[in-house]
Amino acid sequence: MIKQLADLLVYQWMGIQSGTMLGDSLNFFFYDTMKIFLLLSVIIFGVAVIRSFFPPERARKLLGNRREYVGNLLASLLGIVTPFCSCSAVPMFIGFLESGLPLGVTFSFLISSPTVNEVALVMLWGLFGWKIALLYIGTGVTLAFFSGIVIGKLKLESQVEDYVYRMKLGEMAAIEPTWRERVEYARDYTKDILNRVWLFVLIGIGFGAWIHGYAPVDLVLKYAGRGNPFAVIVAVLIGIPLYSNAAGTIPIVQALVEKGMPMGTALAFMMSIVAISTPEMIILRKVIKPRLIAIFVGIVSVAIVLIGYLFNAVL
Amino acid sequence: MKKIEILGMGCVNCNKLYQNVLAAVKMSGKEAEVTKVEDIQKIMAYGVMSTPALVVDGVVKVAGKVPKPEQIKGWIE
Repeated sequence: MIKQLADLLVYQWMGIQSGTMLGDSLNFFFYDTMKIFLLLSVIIFGVAVIRSFFPPERARKLLGNRREYVGNLLASLLGIVTPFCSCSAVPMFIGFLESGLPLGVTFSFLISSPTVNEVALVMLWGLFGWKIALLYIGTGVTLAFFSGIVIGKLKLESQVEDYVYRMKLGEMAAIEPTWRERVEYARDYTKDILNRVWLFVLIGIGFGAWIHGYAPVDLVLKYAGRGNPFAVIVAVLIGIPLYSNAAGTIPIVQALVEKGMPMGTALAFMMSIVAISTPEMIILRKVIKPRLIAIFVGIVSVAIVLIGYLFNAVL
Repeated sequence: MKKIEILGMGCVNCNKLYQNVLAAVKMSGKEAEVTKVEDIQKIMAYGVMSTPALVVDGVVKVAGKVPKPEQIKGWIE
């Protein structure tokens, strides 16, 4: 239906011939934009309703003081459904450690929560299909699971600021929102996200449409294709500073994949954008020492690079 | 007089909540003592893990979202 609307808009109303570069680029742009905004509105609303059942306080109760492995797995899975805002990273971090959760398990949560986020999922689903979106969730959980285990094994408790372990968490009466409140929260949340990402989505899709119509295949293949063994590493290094711009970058990545960029490189690039973010690191500096931040960034980056090579080899 | 506390370490949403509380107090016509709590120790003492949070007379009303002034007004009265 959206396809017909895009065809009608570009080929009929705007009178641009189908099959021309301009016509195809514009058609691609309108089709993707309509599809993405529709998906963003519906899915973020749904995700927000689900998330209203899993506030961090509940995640803390569910995790309790679980040990390694089981704890890492549960924390990585809870990271999918628990809402994450970097402004809450400090109280969450302290809350988890205070209830006796091991450091590595806490990190599994801190990695999974921003990595498997609803905006990235919508963009992946809309532009790559549900299989790649599911693959992304699975990969994100795996990344959080193993990175958390490695951090736990390194025994870095001394790299947490001393005051954190002296903190005492009070008891909060559970606030159970009514359905009306959940729906209102989801509606406001959706509006908030749309307000924040719409411009990036438009720019990203616009640039993607331009690549789709104009960028030569051999250029993409030369730099981002399988022939370049360093493509994954370069992609991750570029991705790390592009904080939380999944909305703007995924359409560009999709166009590049169409032109021959392998899926592993693409996934590694997208993960590095969301998994490691400078603002989050600055906030976490309040609770952990610089060495642990460096180790955390190092482990996650290496893991993402490995994921990229692995998928390039098997997909 | 109601004692209203806004818990948060100075994020954008914490400020939004502070403004909404001021608006709610004004709407209700009641007097209230509104304070921002930015000390992590005090925030954690309330058992709150997601900020911003709103505390009225020592009871946590909301954590992790920004309620509208109308809703806050209901807690003040």
